[in-house]
Amino acid sequence: MSAARPIVDRLPRRLLVVLLILVALLALYPAYGPLLFPAKHGFLLQRLTGIMIVAVMAMSLDLLVGVAGLVSLGHAAFFGLGGYMLALLSPAYEGANLWLALPLTVLGVAAAAVVVGFLSIRTSGIYFIMVTLAFGQMGYYFFNDSRVAGGSDGAYIYVKPTVELFGKTLIDLDDKLTFYYVALGVLVGTYLLLRMLLASPFGRVVRAIGVNEHRVRGLGFNPVLYKLVAFTIGGSLAGLSGFLAATQYGFVNPAMLSWHQSGQVLVMVILGGMGTLFGPALGAFILEFARLGFESITDHYLLLMGGLIIGVVLVLPRGVGGWLLTVTEHRPADPDQEAP
Amino acid sequence: MDLWILLIQVLNGVQYGLLLFLVASGLTLIFGIMGIINLAHGSFYMLGAYLAYWLAASTGSLTLSVLLSLPIAAAVGYVIEALLVRTLYRRDHLDQVLLTYGLILIFNEAQRMLWGNDVHSVTIPPVLAWSLKLSDTLSYPVYRLFLSAVCGLLAIAMYFVITRTRFGMWVRAGAANRDMVAALGINVKLLFGVVFAVGAALAGLAGALSSPVSSVYPGMGDSVLIICFVVVVIGGVGSIKGAFLGALLIGLADTFGKVFMPNFASFVVYGVMAAVLLWKPRGLFA
Amino acid sequence: MTTPNTAAAAPTLSEDAAAVVLETRGLTRNFGGLVAVNAVSLRFLSGQTHAVIGPNGAGKSTLVNLLTGHLPVTRGEILFKGRTITNLPAHRVSQLGIGRSYQKTNIFPAFSCFENCRLAAQSRLSTSMRFVRPALAYHTVNEKAQAALEACGLARHRDRAAGTISYGEQRQLEIGMVLATDPQLLVLDEPLAGMGVEESEMLIGLLKRLASRYTVILVEHDMDAVFSLADVLTVMVNGTVLESGPVDMVRASQAVQDAYLGDGEEAY
Repeated sequence: MSAARPIVDRLPRRLLVVLLILVALLALYPAYGPLLFPAKHGFLLQRLTGIMIVAVMAMSLDLLVGVAGLVSLGHAAFFGLGGYMLALLSPAYEGANLWLALPLTVLGVAAAAVVVGFLSIRTSGIYFIMVTLAFGQMGYYFFNDSRVAGGSDGAYIYVKPTVELFGKTLIDLDDKLTFYYVALGVLVGTYLLLRMLLASPFGRVVRAIGVNEHRVRGLGFNPVLYKLVAFTIGGSLAGLSGFLAATQYGFVNPAMLSWHQSGQVLVMVILGGMGTLFGPALGAFILEFARLGFESITDHYLLLMGGLIIGVVLVLPRGVGGWLLTVTEHRPADPDQEAP
Repeated sequence: MDLWILLIQVLNGVQYGLLLFLVASGLTLIFGIMGIINLAHGSFYMLGAYLAYWLAASTGSLTLSVLLSLPIAAAVGYVIEALLVRTLYRRDHLDQVLLTYGLILIFNEAQRMLWGNDVHSVTIPPVLAWSLKLSDTLSYPVYRLFLSAVCGLLAIAMYFVITRTRFGMWVRAGAANRDMVAALGINVKLLFGVVFAVGAALAGLAGALSSPVSSVYPGMGDSVLIICFVVVVIGGVGSIKGAFLGALLIGLADTFGKVFMPNFASFVVYGVMAAVLLWKPRGLFA
Repeated sequence: MTTPNTAAAAPTLSEDAAAVVLETRGLTRNFGGLVAVNAVSLRFLSGQTHAVIGPNGAGKSTLVNLLTGHLPVTRGEILFKGRTITNLPAHRVSQLGIGRSYQKTNIFPAFSCFENCRLAAQSRLSTSMRFVRPALAYHTVNEKAQAALEACGLARHRDRAAGTISYGEQRQLEIGMVLATDPQLLVLDEPLAGMGVEESEMLIGLLKRLASRYTVILVEHDMDAVFSLADVLTVMVNGTVLESGPVDMVRASQAVQDAYLGDGEEAY
């Protein structure tokens, strides 16, 4: 992973404008959606919610792949674990208490990520990819083959988690529109959180590790520690994403943990532009929209998906995000980037 | 456990392992020499199986169709290398992953368009469609023995090619040190093209040969791909010897896992891999 | 022109325990059957510039890697200020105050020159496990980075990507990064490697300034540079120490003349 990825502390203004417009389009969708797509509005609202949740996972994977240079092919394990935690924490016929279920889920997934990370970080390169794949598949088969939460059939979450304060319902997650905004909030929040992390001393070390781990150690940092913390943060955010997905669909199954899921999200990250954070989120939207569009044209939409992916690789070496950064930058070598 | 049953399981495990080796050897060489993580490698396995099924149905001879599927898979591999993969040698590994992921989608969809979603079975040629009687109640299908024998012979042939021929020397040089290939004045383009095509052909052959045993179904390439990556990584990337031992290890682990822990067989395979990598982070023979 | 450093006379080479910064005792490193560094026992004194020279394959780079924790030791001991640091990992060695530069330029090309130094300076925070405040808001770190950048003569390239400055400047940055880590001892691994004549002169000037402020271990091929910089000279051949002592003494040594200096210079 030697691709030179500069530190982008501040996005180019024009790019910022583009991103803000996109967020505004999402935020206003419930207003214009029914007018533009009267027949499909409800369906699209759900799909958008789902995409935003996956985008959170894509950004969390970007922290590992694009920033720390840890190419994980087992990231879906944490996504799925987050979902299963909610399923297991939900009483049979009532909603789980979000104030309890969410922290427990994130902590549980974080604990799993610490263990998996501790064991995997000893390896590097393709070996790291494969070890994370192995742990992911072990997670998959654990839920698939055991009787925990329905085995291969998966499990239903009949009642969504409740968000109450002093006995009053604060947020009704069962309401599709409310949940849409919750997902949007988490998407934007995750982006800002990761931006903050990347700008922090911690983030600078992790980014340097992604470029040249050896040199970072020579400077006096213990890379193992930083990689482990990054891995844990990424895993926890994937768990949060899985928690939301389980809430949305009211259902969890082992496929959530499978390598297919990991692979798809990895594609979002690479196609979207590794290390740019906003890119992988865009990647999620691009891939899912492309799928929606192609599905409506032909049964054989995978052919078009494959073609799209290959086309992007050939044409945009740094992914969509990298391309956007280049075209919106004022001038290629503008020295007034980092203010003192 | 009955001794005969044990023997049968060992034979099954070895047969599965040898088959995995055919696919994994190409995968490990392509990564070792070209530095390409070829996710589309499993698609050649699927291609071989479907070609065998399709050609056997139209020509009536499985032998002929297996022999035909070999050059076809090689040709498809060569063309893909020349048209697409070649443009990415200087790029990040992950770009290649993405490209070959796109190829998987196209292969899978092309398969659906050409041959549909059904599961097909392929008939064993009459010469091999009988069983060896082991005891009063147990017997072993001859086709599986034949399969092991073919794969075993190929493994031996590969060993000779790699250790005794000039081409094999290039391959060894490339797997040991990628930069050395160019330094030795070898025609790198040709070497890469041939390695990719041979890898594709071996994977295709494995698919064609195994079609009567495992049936032919959509997505069959994906599961083989993942298990072959496991094999490659256990053996150490770029090592043929490692791929061979890794394949046998996984073949046996999977077979016996299914016998002793029917509910957690797949768990066993990945557990073995995790254990090996925690013990030797770069595989057994890197 | 080779003008031996007359200032070398300043420390009288009385090896008080207090003045010994770094010491190796029987330091040995094997690679398979090859003994790259063989029973090397050396003392590096405070304030001095101690050069290690020797032909290719003499074990100089291995020695640097052993001293800085980049390679595990096969046998022997390394003491830093009297305490053993044998087989400490590289990051711990760095934290103790041993800063090293690399023979092969080892910078972060996509980062600005300032960020390269800033990251190095950041390593001296008690911990970098800080997640909220932006890294650029740590002013002491910024100041240290700026000072290092100025010390290595790259202030004018502050915001340029390190990969876009000239090779010689990258070598300077390499040293700037070491300086930003507040080292007590500098271990410089062939700082002049691959540089042109003009670039070399620049860097030798920089090294002279460093030599007057720091304890330096200098591994170098360039003899002129070594003689103009070093107080103490160690000659290594085949992993062992052939001769070690004040520069003039070592230069005069017949063994060194025979084995190395006499006929070796044109080989470089």
